[in-house]
Amino acid sequence: MSIRAVRRLQNDVRVFQARIVFSVVLLLLAVAALVVRLVYLQVVGHEHYATLSQDNRVKIAPLPPTRGIVYDRNGEVLADNVPSYSLELVPERVDDLDATLAELQSLLGLSDEEVRRFRKLKGQHKSFESIPLKMRLDEEQIARFAVKQPFFPGVQIAVRMIRTYPYGELTAHAVGYVSRISEADLKTLDPSLYSGTYHIGKSGIEKTYETLLHGRTGHQELETNVQGRSIGVLNTVPPVPGADLRLSLDIGLQRAAIDALGEYNGAVVAMEPATGRVLAFVSKPSFDPNPFVYGIPKEDYGRLQASPDRPLYNRALRGVYPPGSTVKPFEGLAGLEVGDLPADRRVSCPGYFQLPNSSHQYRDWRKGGHGAVDLKSAITQSCDVYFYKLALSLGIDKLSEFMGRFGFGKRTGIDIPGELPGVYPSKGWKKKHSKDPWFPGETVITGIGQGYVGVTPVQLARATAILANRGRVVIPRLLDAAQGGAGAAAESGGDTLAFAPEHWDTVIQAMIDVVHSARGTAKSIAAGLSYHVAGKTGTAQVFSVGQGQKYRESEVSKEMRDHALFIAFAPAEQPRIAVAVLAEHGGHGGSVAAPVARAVMERYLNGSAR
Amino acid sequence: MRYDSGLAGFSAGETRLERIMKRIHIDISLFAGLITLSGVALVILYSASAQSFDVLLRQGIRLLLAMSVMLAIAQIHPRHFRFYSPMLYGVGVLLLAAVLVMGEIGKGAQRWLDLGVVRFQPSEILKLAVPMTVAWYLSECPVPPAFRHIAVAGVFIAIPAGLIAKQPDLGTALLVGAAGAMVVFLAGIRWLYLLVIGGAGAGLLPVVWHFLHDYQRDRVLMFLNPEADALGRGYHIIQSKIAIGSGGFYGKGWLQGSQAQLEFLPEKSTDFIFAVVAEEFGLIGCLGLLAIYLFIIGRCVHISIQAQDAYTRLLSGALTLTFFVYVFVNTGMVVGILPVVGVPLPLVSYGGTSMVTLLAGFGILMSIQTHRKLLPG
Repeated sequence: MSIRAVRRLQNDVRVFQARIVFSVVLLLLAVAALVVRLVYLQVVGHEHYATLSQDNRVKIAPLPPTRGIVYDRNGEVLADNVPSYSLELVPERVDDLDATLAELQSLLGLSDEEVRRFRKLKGQHKSFESIPLKMRLDEEQIARFAVKQPFFPGVQIAVRMIRTYPYGELTAHAVGYVSRISEADLKTLDPSLYSGTYHIGKSGIEKTYETLLHGRTGHQELETNVQGRSIGVLNTVPPVPGADLRLSLDIGLQRAAIDALGEYNGAVVAMEPATGRVLAFVSKPSFDPNPFVYGIPKEDYGRLQASPDRPLYNRALRGVYPPGSTVKPFEGLAGLEVGDLPADRRVSCPGYFQLPNSSHQYRDWRKGGHGAVDLKSAITQSCDVYFYKLALSLGIDKLSEFMGRFGFGKRTGIDIPGELPGVYPSKGWKKKHSKDPWFPGETVITGIGQGYVGVTPVQLARATAILANRGRVVIPRLLDAAQGGAGAAAESGGDTLAFAPEHWDTVIQAMIDVVHSARGTAKSIAAGLSYHVAGKTGTAQVFSVGQGQKYRESEVSKEMRDHALFIAFAPAEQPRIAVAVLAEHGGHGGSVAAPVARAVMERYLNGSAR
Repeated sequence: MRYDSGLAGFSAGETRLERIMKRIHIDISLFAGLITLSGVALVILYSASAQSFDVLLRQGIRLLLAMSVMLAIAQIHPRHFRFYSPMLYGVGVLLLAAVLVMGEIGKGAQRWLDLGVVRFQPSEILKLAVPMTVAWYLSECPVPPAFRHIAVAGVFIAIPAGLIAKQPDLGTALLVGAAGAMVVFLAGIRWLYLLVIGGAGAGLLPVVWHFLHDYQRDRVLMFLNPEADALGRGYHIIQSKIAIGSGGFYGKGWLQGSQAQLEFLPEKSTDFIFAVVAEEFGLIGCLGLLAIYLFIIGRCVHISIQAQDAYTRLLSGALTLTFFVYVFVNTGMVVGILPVVGVPLPLVSYGGTSMVTLLAGFGILMSIQTHRKLLPG
């Protein structure tokens, strides 16, 4: 071995030994910490812990937090907590559970389902936790049980805060509801976070903001005697109540919208274009969310599900409808921006359109046609032939890409769960969904928002808001602010569709003419307006009328009648509200849907409905 | 320095017993320490298992099996460990990958590999293979190792640790990572690098935090503050504290711990068995148990200081420190100075999975000690 090699070896050993010494010092420090802790617990704290352990006295009881309250923009309470009396059992304190349950069932007239539900709950919780058997006891049940209480050890009447929705049907689709925690929920929940909590948000705002609304569970360390009865509280970690939420929703506006829909089912979504804040979110018909909180009886739920009007179905969020002519302003922009079609190019409308080499006639809604129309008059009078030709000249893929920028065929990202994306077709889309190729005729009818096109009302409202913003994209939001600032409405949106200002002017002016000019399809709502409304009517075919046949409203059954649509924003020059209205089987957009939008806008801008 | 002139490996001062033990490659001190610990462990376990002979018997059989493995491994010359280190590592990583793939099919966390006769956890192999392989690699590098050597060692550690974390078994992944890190530390990594790596790790934490789901963040917060989770893991801590504190100086006596015997203490025969010791044998008992551990660790430190080449130095040192980490993490968690993680108390907790690995590690240490050629005084 050379001298150098020996030196290196010595160095290596020296470094290693230094590291070992360092480690041993750390190790001894760690052991010292351990010993200090042991001395602290076993010598200093011995008396305290010895008392606690005497014949084991410590039980831990969860303290569920109170759920946050949900308010509308004006401070009206949309979701509240009210005390409710419930009959609860602590399984480990009940001697014969089956017998006790049977006696209670006959004493209080409980249904088999309620008992079954209790058994399920029992499996999900620790045996020392108090588990509700019957919620919302009435006075008589309380009295009957109170007399017999001594015969039921481990059974007690407890006061719990129960969710109520004072506006019931009015808010069911937006605010949603809470319901008992199901087994499926338990798979995704942290059980200790939810011990003592029996409800969880199932839909709407209640579901989206569950974490905020729920708060944090606290607990009590209880000193108990041999029978398990609590004889004192050793330590309390208070629960942190859930945050109160303020929504941008205006309950007055919500009611105005529902009232304005009158006899029709449908949806109304109103937004603040600048922020994306949702002002009204209506899906009609609706249902009372309150029974869901304490467990809706099976037959009632069955009735709701079987109802032909489908009240549980959130039309605003999940209803995919053909948009009809409401897409025309957006397509007009497409023509100007990506199609190089000047606004003053005139197209002749003889009342029908034919593809070359085809005898099929694509009809205009006006039998005699509109004559020669430019873009503005085509929008104002809703000329179909103009948009047949426009769609065809752009081609489906270009059109589809452009419409996608307004969010057609995409989820808006609104803070209510369950949204559907709708469809704005392209060749690629059809390839995925059908074995047939794309036909030119399908491009033609896409031009008037028919065919494969399907939009949700919330999507339509957002597209309208982007139009009102002249391109600034926003995301619809119901949450305005959460108590404590946490989770306050994020500045939504981001992108801006940078189109030529004169193109926006052309389209928006045409939409103003829809309402305010003599030939506009929604001129009937103009009377008495103190501001300009920019709007567009739509009438969406639910079924196709055969070639050479005539569509007569009076002759078709109600279920086959066209859907009436209307989109609008106002004041046109300084938009403060954007609205999308859909009235199922309402017939014409101008006569049925437009007045609903007007009622909403009037109420919001002038504080009264007409 | 005293060099042996006669038979290689035999020094004049050895007794007859020492000579015999040396020939069959048993390190008497270490063996005595382990036997004492195992005996004490069975006594504690009998109490912690509510006096179950069945549990005692099963643990005893496991112990005998693991001891045999230890003695068998002690017969192997350290150069063979060194030669087979990368292969063992490769096999271990492949098995981990296999477990992940099969787990994928089974749709769930899977840590076990079923070999028909035996089921075993490949991650156990890596507890040894990672320090072996990093020692194999770094023993060839200059001291202190250059940055690129550290980087390579980091990759050796990160691959199995990542695979184990994916199972998901974060606790074992951290322990395997720690075993590798010990080697890197002992190999003389520059303090500057250590600071940089530590700093980078700390700097990455907020980024990791950002990518966690809400419920994962809740878990971490609970980790940091188990008392906030009194209904879950915190429940253990509270009951464990009562058990320890009520034990006092002398303890309540064997089989007399009310917390342990009345089933208020959860996991009392596995992760929380130290609380049983504290309740029944008091501070005296705890210090006694710690003393046994410290004796074993001291002997291992001695072995690693005496080790004759870089590979055996690094490996024995890392195995020793890792063993201490196991002891400290478990006891620290039970007494409430460390977050609750599922690490058993080595050789005392009920369960056989880690026992074989642990004693195999001691087998390696014995081999390193008893195969030395030169005997510096």
